[in-house]
Amino acid sequence: MSSRERILGRVRRALADVGGEDAPVERGYLRTHGGLDAGRTVDLLAENLADYRALVHRCSEDELPAVVGRLLLEHGARSVMVPPGLDPRWLSEADAERVEDRAGNTPHELDRVDSVVTACAVAIAETGTIVLDGGPDQGRRRITLVPDHHVLVVRVPEQVVSSVPQALERLDPARPLTWISGPSATSDIELDRVEGVHGPRTLEVILVG
Amino acid sequence: MSGTFMGMPAFPKAAHEAVNNPTLRANLRHATHTIRAKRAKAVAEVSDWAELREAGKQIKDHTLRRLDRYLVQLEESVTAAGGTVHWAADADEANRIVTRLVRETGESEVVKVKSMATQEIGLNEALEAAGIRAYETDLAELIVQLGDDRPSHILVPAIHRNRGEIRDIFRQEMGEWGRAAPEGLTDTPAELAEAARLHLREKFLRAKVGVSGANFMVAETGTLVVVESEGNGRMCLTLPETLISVVGIEKIVPTWRDLEVFLQTLPRSSTAERMNPYTSTWTGTTDGDGPQTFHLVLLDNGRTDTLADEVGRQALRCIRCSACLNVCPVYERAGGHAYGSVYPGPIGAILSPQLRGTASEIDASLPYASSLCGACYEVCPVAIDIPEVLVHLRERVVEGGPVVREGNKVVLKPAKGHAAERAAMRAARWAFGRPGVLRTGQRLASGTRRVHPRTLPGPGRAWSAGRDLPAVPAEPFRDWWQRTNGGEKDAR
Repeated sequence: MSSRERILGRVRRALADVGGEDAPVERGYLRTHGGLDAGRTVDLLAENLADYRALVHRCSEDELPAVVGRLLLEHGARSVMVPPGLDPRWLSEADAERVEDRAGNTPHELDRVDSVVTACAVAIAETGTIVLDGGPDQGRRRITLVPDHHVLVVRVPEQVVSSVPQALERLDPARPLTWISGPSATSDIELDRVEGVHGPRTLEVILVG
Repeated sequence: MSGTFMGMPAFPKAAHEAVNNPTLRANLRHATHTIRAKRAKAVAEVSDWAELREAGKQIKDHTLRRLDRYLVQLEESVTAAGGTVHWAADADEANRIVTRLVRETGESEVVKVKSMATQEIGLNEALEAAGIRAYETDLAELIVQLGDDRPSHILVPAIHRNRGEIRDIFRQEMGEWGRAAPEGLTDTPAELAEAARLHLREKFLRAKVGVSGANFMVAETGTLVVVESEGNGRMCLTLPETLISVVGIEKIVPTWRDLEVFLQTLPRSSTAERMNPYTSTWTGTTDGDGPQTFHLVLLDNGRTDTLADEVGRQALRCIRCSACLNVCPVYERAGGHAYGSVYPGPIGAILSPQLRGTASEIDASLPYASSLCGACYEVCPVAIDIPEVLVHLRERVVEGGPVVREGNKVVLKPAKGHAAERAAMRAARWAFGRPGVLRTGQRLASGTRRVHPRTLPGPGRAWSAGRDLPAVPAEPFRDWWQRTNGGEKDAR
């Protein structure tokens, strides 16, 4: 007998006392907490991002290239990783050398890149979370991981939802997802939170709109 | 389970040593109290916590009641998405499968995401024996691995170490495993985190094989979920060419939507955050992004035996948040090592004796490692009634009875060492069934109360060593009731 059959057989015998159909799961919890309007929801996102030490900037569509250019300059970035589908105007005022996100890039090559600029799939206000789904303007998962400085652009208010349930509805589980809530951190030393471990130690979020 | 825990002394003995270690007591007190207050605040932020907790409980119960169906569905969806599914009935089989899969890649080292399942099966030791080096990459796991130590907490395995001890371990050991700690390393947490970043980076960048567990597996989509903080998880899940995930069969949830409950309750319960810094989800393999080969090893290792117990099976709802450890007065004082298992604290006290059986001294003693105060049940985000299961397991240890071990029904003998307790209970049953005998006994007890000893003699000595004997009233209740007609005539 294969282990598959053995385990499934054990499960069925273990459940011999269980009969009939189950009642549906009671989902008495809220869809969102608070019922804020679009503007207040964006404010809450900014507040929660900052609470977990992301650096938050707000600007209009027209100002975006200047803001991206300034953030890269201030970080001292000589090179910047660019996903293939990123709007080229976003980097039109940046001096840093562009590094394309290619399948053939080795992890060591990625490690030599200073910064990365991406868009996102959705942002969650209540938790201060931004989700990437590997779309053309976000690139492969590793490009937002190895460089130490991540500049993330969120279109507001259209990309912002209030809650985790609303975000899951918008996301496609078939795509590889990365949920980001602030820069990398650890609670492993005396259960106290310290920012800055393996992921980007500086997370800058630009809310555009 | 891990060989490291073989031959552990019973809980009372191990705990006795731990409570006499003042550094350990101080470290645990500091850490558990820090997180307790933060968790309470994070939970208070959401007004529907009770409803989320109830939904989490119901989703997990529903899944367990249909586990065979969801396992088959998960296998289909993972396979359809490009993954390969393996089934492991026990720890040895899981270790053999992973060892073979690593060997097939031709590599001799792997990077690991923190995973309870691989700790439970002793994967690192099995790989080591096969000549494969496994590098732990979670900060706390790294501290444990470098210190040649054992984990003492589910979320923060090095919770028993303070910052000074961590600095000493890094200074002394990092060089042996790769890049040495920076010169002049101090004990500030930020510097310690930086040292770990530098030490592990070269390992991440050259890794070809990653090994992980998972917090959730979604049956309908075949998606796996890893919830983490540091980014070491993302490194292991995305940089290697091959990913091997070892996951307990109880980690399934039926639908994508079900994650909306647990992604709200898990971070707040474990690290007391609205959301943990990084959550990764992946479904099979993705062309050109991340590992191009993905293996999922589904692990039983005592879970189906636990499922067969109608009271004890609720332990399989556990999402490994560790909130129950952080609030437990026994854990706070005894520390995690005394539990003799990778699963310490209240959840460990009900999980280990079910996964491993109650044959060993440590496992038979674990159901007693509790004051039954109920704080663990209160904070559990999937409402596991830990005190109920503890009492149930105590009964099993004392009385014996039918259980399932490795898929087979067996009848446990009553444990030795509880003979006096059983004799006392038998005597009580006999007396309570005979009113005349009970009355005579009660009057005798009341009449002689001035000469009662303060501790019991003989086999009762151990029981009364830590407890006060109840005071016997001057007059038995039933005599008082009769004399005063239920208190209506003169209460004295």
